[in-house]
Amino acid sequence: MTQLEEVTVDQIKHLVSERAVKGETMLLNMGPQHPSTHGVLRLLLELDGETVVNCIPAIGYLHTGIEKNMEARNYAQAEVMTDRLDYLNTVGNNLAYSMAIEKLVELDVPYRAQSIRVILVELQRISSHLIWLGTTGLDVAAMSTFLYCFREREAIMDILEMCSGQRMMTTYIRPGGVWRDVPVEFEAAVRNFIKTFPRRIDEYEALLTRNPLFLDRTLGIGTISAEVAINYGMTGPALRATGVNWDLRKARPYCGYEQYDFEVPTASEGDVYARFMVRMQELRQSLRIVEQALDKMPMGPVRSSNHKFVPPPRSEIGVSMEALIHHFKLWTEGFSAPKGAIYQSVESPRGELGVYLVSDGGPKPYRIHWRTPSFDNLQALPYMAKGLLIADLVAIIGSVDIVLGDVDR
Amino acid sequence: MKPELESTIKALNKAFKIKTSEFCGDVSVHFTADKIVDACRMMRDELEFTLLSTMTAVDLGVDNEPRFNVLYYFTSVTKNLSIGFLVPVSGKNPSLPTVSGIFRNANWRERELWDLFGIKFEGHPDLRRIFMPDEWEGHPLRKDYPLGYEEPQFTFNFEEIDVRKPYAKE
Repeated sequence: MTQLEEVTVDQIKHLVSERAVKGETMLLNMGPQHPSTHGVLRLLLELDGETVVNCIPAIGYLHTGIEKNMEARNYAQAEVMTDRLDYLNTVGNNLAYSMAIEKLVELDVPYRAQSIRVILVELQRISSHLIWLGTTGLDVAAMSTFLYCFREREAIMDILEMCSGQRMMTTYIRPGGVWRDVPVEFEAAVRNFIKTFPRRIDEYEALLTRNPLFLDRTLGIGTISAEVAINYGMTGPALRATGVNWDLRKARPYCGYEQYDFEVPTASEGDVYARFMVRMQELRQSLRIVEQALDKMPMGPVRSSNHKFVPPPRSEIGVSMEALIHHFKLWTEGFSAPKGAIYQSVESPRGELGVYLVSDGGPKPYRIHWRTPSFDNLQALPYMAKGLLIADLVAIIGSVDIVLGDVDR
Repeated sequence: MKPELESTIKALNKAFKIKTSEFCGDVSVHFTADKIVDACRMMRDELEFTLLSTMTAVDLGVDNEPRFNVLYYFTSVTKNLSIGFLVPVSGKNPSLPTVSGIFRNANWRERELWDLFGIKFEGHPDLRRIFMPDEWEGHPLRKDYPLGYEEPQFTFNFEEIDVRKPYAKE
């Protein structure tokens, strides 16, 4: 095992103030094992009493080398790893990856599959926001919301399990459609969720929105202006809370988002409370999209019929020689994509989730880069936390809604 | 190409004499390393591309010269447009000027490229490794860096492999 070396102040003096070098302020390590860092985020804090003078995030504790690993697998095998990036938005990661491949090989997706994609991605967005709401509540000492949120999240997990057989690592959305059609119970389960959930949102709002204890901890804390937020590469609810109306679902509709009637909630203050309000309204908007998508969901196939890229159904393999050949080719070698590089982005619960995919014409991605929203959102943390108290820092980390699997890749 | 994007390309061409390419609707502009800082400043200040969506690199292979291709991907929130800049970087002592003074999120993005590709950024305020441990050797996303795996131990060679296997012993 390598010997751990002690880091001296001299080695990090370009990051901290001069007072730290003289020993007037205290350097304190927070994390990586700390309940308020939402994963394995480590922060080096320079403190003057309780005030944060400097905050230096250290990331990489959850680095799994997914980009490198994907280069060694064919396109179908590599998809399994996309779930492990942002583990609260697994369906959304599958979607970004599948859409990148569809763009590269020019694959069409049937309407029914697009509707199913939208429903699941929006349900996943709700479930991700629920985790955020619950854990942020915990951070600012509101224990009961956490329990409520996890209760509702369970209903969404059940729906995902019903479709894909898995609660979290679904790999349900595949290039060219989805894995299989949704089961018959699906519609009733989603309708039931749509019916009960608005009342639950009211419950969360009753617990937090006007709660003076919550307002004390969030109003005017961690303010960031629109200009600075964009300069830090922030996207998603964190950017919309500064007043910038930027949502890829509206700006560059994909999967048929243009047919659904929904609003993009924004706020102008750019503080923790604004981010809270934006996400609370997004819960309602996502629910609206789910309802419309479910009403409009057509019957029909859920996978592209282009069997050069999409495996043929089992029933055809026994009777069609061509289907058998396609099946054999796809399972021994995988499909090849044309030579070139593309960038495809979707709106994840945290912001712009992008895939930069480089193909050399073979069956494996030559290079795949994930533009993960948390990575950029987290960079603004030192800016937002400067001059505030440690307790505020905890609230800010919660409000940015980072997922360390998304940051570290 | 989108018609709105053409005015951007024209403005860039006027200032820098550039070459462009298009694939699947994505427009890329080819730049050289000495112009990239000015180009980034122009993108932010004059052309309204205020969001640096991502920065990444591709290793084109050990024998290729230039070996790396660095991508800067910009998004304009006001005009709803995106464009990528591609900058070739030599494999021998790869380096680029930093743009972290222009786009703040380039700070970590450049650290990531240093960590995983070994591309140095001149003038970067804090060029340390970001994902890998500080004492790590090599740059994992290079094509000549092997994809490691855990060596399987069997009863007949358990001791032999255990000696060189990296994990916390005792």
